[in-house]
Amino acid sequence: MEAKTKHSMNKNPLRKVTIGAKREEKFFWLFISPWIIGFFLFIIGPMIASLYFSFTDYAVMSDVSFVGLQNFINLFQDPLFYRSLFVTFAYAALAVPFSMLVGLGLAMLLNAKIKGQAFFRTFFYAPSIISGVSVAFLWMWILNPQFGIVNSIIYDVFGIQGPGWFTDPYTVIPSFVLMQLTAVGSTMIIFLASLQQLPKELYEAAAIDGASSWRRFRNITVPMISPIILFNGVISLIASFQIFTQAYVVTNGGPDWMSYFYVYYLFETAFFQNRMGYASAQAWILFLVIFALTFLMLTLSRKSVHYEYDK
Amino acid sequence: MKLTFKKTNYSPGELSSGGKLLTYAGLIVVLFLFLFPVAWMVFTSLKSLEQIVSEPLSIFPTTWNWSNYLEVFQNHPFSTYLWNTSWYTIVTVVGTVFFSAFIAFGFARFRARGQTFLFALLLSTMMLPQQVVMIPQYLLFNTIGWVDSYLPLTVPMIAGSAFLIFLLRQFYLGLPKELDEAVTIDGGGYFTIFFRIILPLSLPAMATAAIIEFMYRWNDLMGPLIYLNSQELYPLSLGLANFTAAYAATPWQLLMAASVMAVLPPLILFFFAQKYFIQGVVISGTKG
Repeated sequence: MEAKTKHSMNKNPLRKVTIGAKREEKFFWLFISPWIIGFFLFIIGPMIASLYFSFTDYAVMSDVSFVGLQNFINLFQDPLFYRSLFVTFAYAALAVPFSMLVGLGLAMLLNAKIKGQAFFRTFFYAPSIISGVSVAFLWMWILNPQFGIVNSIIYDVFGIQGPGWFTDPYTVIPSFVLMQLTAVGSTMIIFLASLQQLPKELYEAAAIDGASSWRRFRNITVPMISPIILFNGVISLIASFQIFTQAYVVTNGGPDWMSYFYVYYLFETAFFQNRMGYASAQAWILFLVIFALTFLMLTLSRKSVHYEYDK
Repeated sequence: MKLTFKKTNYSPGELSSGGKLLTYAGLIVVLFLFLFPVAWMVFTSLKSLEQIVSEPLSIFPTTWNWSNYLEVFQNHPFSTYLWNTSWYTIVTVVGTVFFSAFIAFGFARFRARGQTFLFALLLSTMMLPQQVVMIPQYLLFNTIGWVDSYLPLTVPMIAGSAFLIFLLRQFYLGLPKELDEAVTIDGGGYFTIFFRIILPLSLPAMATAAIIEFMYRWNDLMGPLIYLNSQELYPLSLGLANFTAAYAATPWQLLMAASVMAVLPPLILFFFAQKYFIQGVVISGTKG
């Protein structure tokens, strides 16, 4: 018996090098130590500090004075707080379904078996690479009321003056949603990946049974990719609530405060007005709103999301 | 009847000729819609302001004003912005990807008590809105005198990025453990395994991570906006955002020339790495 074990130990060199659980644990902590340090310095530490500041009046140069719930009471009486919340909700309510529909539509197109797939995929994805300030300028230019291509075409074809887009209180939010068109790439890619994993047998069976392509889409595709729809929905919801760059570059919150997005307001409170306590309270409200909406989305979708085919 | 049954190797991607035609038509329309704005941006950057104002619908420039690009460099500290963005992006991308890989290796290779909890904690930090930690972070860096320097924007990279750690860990889990064991037999330790085996083998995953981080850093506006005050420190995003401040009327041709230059490096990078990149996004999107 013993000889046999010895023999197999010699034969299997891996045995020799198996390290003890203790040593393994030591290496684990060693390798993840940069993250642990960062977690305390840049996440947990600041979170506690932020919670504390939200109960204070603090303007960088002055002392911190504890004010209890005053910041939150003031927030709930602040018309700009409601306006920024409303504008952000309105934007999210339009932008989330919009990027879901466009993303899924494009993914369906790219999923078809045709020539030049790689070419189309690359070019459909490319616009979402160039996000940021330059793309904001590009859209300002496309939607420019006087010289922009969209209004020029509207004028040429219909003979009417197009809307002011970013300068009109009623079109400014839809314009920001339209801008999302350039950013839909990552949603699209994730949909595409999930479409490619769908079992072909189901479609075959449905096709034999004479199901139309719309029915196949509704009764097979949508339920099967419902976890991914939810995933993309949550991601895009979180992103929508943090919209900032576009507002900072394009409208500065205008016109008539109709693009005064929540994070833009928060930024102004903190870094233009130096009201760190008030801004911290705003940040925590944002956190709670995002958390509640994510939770709501996950709960409401529990019945309609199918996980049984998860691999 | 028999004939219809013979056609059963139906696959969802295969289309009837009519469907195929429709799909191609759709693809080409979308392609046009996507490419046109970029093309229009490039053409606008070469027009004269007179042409922009007088003939809004013209696509091609009547005179090709390459000097617009020169003007951007002459009238603005554009080369400074470009330089700042470039070194900042490169340093942070290399740093973040390296540390993320290091941390991901820890999560992928060693079993330890509390590991599951810590990994869940790591993932949950992705849900936390940046704004909650932004203000105390600013106050911290302000206290130690780091504001108006690149330190607050570069030093935190040592903690890696939760998303990249997740992405790379997924990849490392797929690498066979026997590889490490071969090194251990030769007397190498875990650092040798990491540097000699894991890093070279995971180059495609690292490329994906690098591009994701590159796009984020190259385009980030809020970070520089918070921490940088001196114009000579501005990166491209911030310089571009303040571009029109000096003009009474928007100089669209210059704005577009500057935007084209800002957009070009990420596009070129994407062009060369798109194969890895799309693969990487697919991995992270489906296994999550």
